[in-house]
Amino acid sequence: MRTAPTRMPLFRFLRRAAVFVSALMLAGCGTVVFNASGDIARQQGSLIVHSTLLMLLIIVPVLALTGLVAWRYRQSNRAATYTPEWDHSTQLELVIWMVPLLIIIALGAITWISTHTLDPYRPLDRIDRGRAVASDVKPLVVDVVALDWKWLFIYPEQGIATVNEAAAPVDRPIRFNITASSVMNSFFIPAVAGQVYAMPGMQTQLHAVVNKAGTYEGFSANYSGAGFSHMRFAFRGVDEAGFEQWVAQARAHPAPLDRPAYLQLEIPSEKAPVAFYGQIDAGLFDAILNRCVAPGTTCMNQTMMHDMHANGAAAHHHATE
Amino acid sequence: MSFSQLVFGRLSWDALPLHVPIVLGTFVVVAVLGAALLGAITYYRLWGTLWHDWFTSIDHKKIGIMYMVLGLVMLLRGFADALMMRLQQAMSFGDNVGYLPPEHYDQIFTAHGVIMIFFVAMPLVTGLMNYLVPLQIGARDVAFPFLNNFSFWMTTFGAMLVMASLFIGEFARTGWLAYPPLSGIDYSPDVGMDYYIWALQIAGVGTLLSGVNLVVTIVKMRAPGMSLMKMPVFTWTALCTNVLIVAAFPVLTAVLALLSLDRYAGTHFFTNDGGGNAMMYINLIWIWGHPEVYILILPLFGAFSEIVPTFTGKRLFGYTSMVYATIVITILSYLVWLHHFFTMGSGASVNSFFGITTMIISIPTGAKIFNWLFTMYRGRIRFEVPMLWTLGFMTTFVIGGMTGVMLAVPPADFVLHNSLFLIAHFHNVIIGGVLFGLFAAINYWAPKALGFRLDPFWGKCSFWFWLVGFVLAFAPLYVLGFMGVTRRLSHFDDPSLQIWFVIALVGAVLILCGIVCMLIQFYVSWRKRDELRDVSGDPWDGRTLEWSTSSPPPDYNFAFTPRVHDTDAWYDMKRRGYERPTTGFAAIHMPKNTGAGFIIAALCALCGFALIWHMWLVVGVSFAAMLVAVIVHTFNYRRDFHIPAEDVVRTEDARTQALAAAHV
Repeated sequence: MRTAPTRMPLFRFLRRAAVFVSALMLAGCGTVVFNASGDIARQQGSLIVHSTLLMLLIIVPVLALTGLVAWRYRQSNRAATYTPEWDHSTQLELVIWMVPLLIIIALGAITWISTHTLDPYRPLDRIDRGRAVASDVKPLVVDVVALDWKWLFIYPEQGIATVNEAAAPVDRPIRFNITASSVMNSFFIPAVAGQVYAMPGMQTQLHAVVNKAGTYEGFSANYSGAGFSHMRFAFRGVDEAGFEQWVAQARAHPAPLDRPAYLQLEIPSEKAPVAFYGQIDAGLFDAILNRCVAPGTTCMNQTMMHDMHANGAAAHHHATE
Repeated sequence: MSFSQLVFGRLSWDALPLHVPIVLGTFVVVAVLGAALLGAITYYRLWGTLWHDWFTSIDHKKIGIMYMVLGLVMLLRGFADALMMRLQQAMSFGDNVGYLPPEHYDQIFTAHGVIMIFFVAMPLVTGLMNYLVPLQIGARDVAFPFLNNFSFWMTTFGAMLVMASLFIGEFARTGWLAYPPLSGIDYSPDVGMDYYIWALQIAGVGTLLSGVNLVVTIVKMRAPGMSLMKMPVFTWTALCTNVLIVAAFPVLTAVLALLSLDRYAGTHFFTNDGGGNAMMYINLIWIWGHPEVYILILPLFGAFSEIVPTFTGKRLFGYTSMVYATIVITILSYLVWLHHFFTMGSGASVNSFFGITTMIISIPTGAKIFNWLFTMYRGRIRFEVPMLWTLGFMTTFVIGGMTGVMLAVPPADFVLHNSLFLIAHFHNVIIGGVLFGLFAAINYWAPKALGFRLDPFWGKCSFWFWLVGFVLAFAPLYVLGFMGVTRRLSHFDDPSLQIWFVIALVGAVLILCGIVCMLIQFYVSWRKRDELRDVSGDPWDGRTLEWSTSSPPPDYNFAFTPRVHDTDAWYDMKRRGYERPTTGFAAIHMPKNTGAGFIIAALCALCGFALIWHMWLVVGVSFAAMLVAVIVHTFNYRRDFHIPAEDVVRTEDARTQALAAAHV
């Protein structure tokens, strides 16, 4: 009874903390990471939930024990046992190394499997939990270029290109081929799939699918300079007919995205408006990737091939000497 | 090239921030306060004391205190940056663009990161190790006392370069790790990146040398009887940290050197063209960067391992497993760097490997948490300020550890990487771990260093403001991360996010109150120093050797080198009825103060400043002067002296009387 007055505020504090934590958790549940509209992002979200639950198996007892032990063995509590020389227990030490180890073994297995199944480079084998990808379905190819500070999307099959807006038919696998013009960015549509870096002179890949019609936010998730905050685009998940319509709308813009137009577009600009190009220069994405859009520049792949031959010849020369 | 260009390079009047009101205002305030400080030093005739007793001192204790002062001063600057960012992000929604344009905001978040890691956390941790390691192992100084002074000044002059960038020119706008190509000459042609490079290069030399110094000190200078497995855990963690420093910092130096070659000499290590590859930079910087995280946290794990046994009045549970956990963490910290860029396109097997190695680190870390927990179990816990910080650490750090393991699962990282969730995670471990640990350590060892305890009332105020402020500032960031909000944005379109940023701002303001309380605590403690005086030298009933000597310790630390029989050497001595010797003192051989460290480091900083501004003549002259100063210093043969036996007798007799008067 002596401790009652000090306990009351403690309980009140704990209750308030519990309310705060559950408010946070509720706020967390409605978020895009746990409410994704694409199969990949949805699996990534549920992976976060599962790994968290697995870890809470040990985190919750540790937190509870810390509070309990700190309270029980307070100096004023003379009733509690005091063993100043006790500093070792083989059984206890086995437990404190083994329990985390077991959890990490479980989590490690989950990590190994999920990292392989959710590898952004791996072509999709399912549209969502219930549906496999039909064998005759080819993914929609979208070439993505991160520019200063806007996004260029090239649709090679459709022969169109867009700036700061992209679209894809619902439930059709998409393959994004990603590169950048100048500095690093990260291509990210949280509702659809996790991010992948966009890097100049290199191509990365992301396979994804959108399962629900809607307009989703996309942006760069890697700081890239002054205009970075506004480097956002709309990603539209639409039905097949809607996609045809969207493509037709783009095609109605007569201006082609040829090399001069690209060089114009490449000039840094902020808050660039959405733009459509009805035609594209077929080799443009390759030229961007190999950094040879400007007239008179040598493509990186040609330089590398040249170097390789030169080195090969030198090595050969060396060997015959 | 004209003569004035040779002398002044790119530097002109335009470099002064006369057109930026915020910076100009800051400059005026700093100039006024600076002038007041210099005036006060002159008025009270303190220059001589400062120079002879402090700046040129090679006493590890004074250097340790100077490191702490540097870290605390820079904390104020780094925190001012944090508050400015929080305010901008809480304001800048929809049509409101906030009060900071991107070119200013981008410098602020870069400076915040650089300052907090390199010039707050590193000096505070280094200062702590510098102060404590020799005392804990029963030594009279570090292995290379002059090098210690030089290291301190290199770190300080590095910090000064960063501060100079505020008023002369600008700082980098690249983020704290300055990934190329953005940090290359094509996309960052101004002096900001050069300030970054040279400040870190100069400070990095200091850190590396201090690492070498402490490794040698711990390996070679332990008191007789103190085998490795009898070292205090703090010394163990200091050893592992300094091994990490010695192995990791050369990588940072090399990668920054390559970047500066790209910027100054037109090479193509990390450019887009000419065969360069930025991915190499990102790998190299994180091969330094990840061990750096453990360089910061390990010594504080050590501090907690000293504080918990002291305030529970009990031996540390599982000393051996604590030591092995530290060693395992040290080794594993080199095998995880790729988890900072799972999203860069490595294959699934590579990503899984680094994800799993990262998770494995949580096992020894978890074992440490359990060890502290079982040290408290069946103890008699005194909730003094250091213990409060420790409990604050134990409860917040496990959450930070958990979110860290979440980020280690590569597919989860794909959605959380670079988001505010990541920001919340690393602040959770750096504030909850490193800073809380430092505050625990400062409150714990202040009586040893200053001779009086810190005021507990203001200490507790500071603790609660920090703890609540920290939760309010970073819990919203976890939520925002789940909403897909990414880092380093200076403007938002979605108004529904604003409330979270406002809560975070409130948290930051509470942390400000915590910092103010801490400053009040220092001031009040100094005012009440007689009341809080520690005569015994052992105010907390401590267990390690630093508590066996007076507070503050004499210049020579120990009149007689102690002999060690147990891990808790001082506890063991007290238990066996140790009698402090009062006779038989002899002269003590000590190193002598020198101004060489200050002068050489100042010349390095001048050379760095000249390199930043392309003042080639100044570069040549200052570099030559630096070499000359080094050579002249090698001819200084008056490096040591003996404290005469009568001085030792006087000091020790005074202590005998003080102890008798206090009936200790």
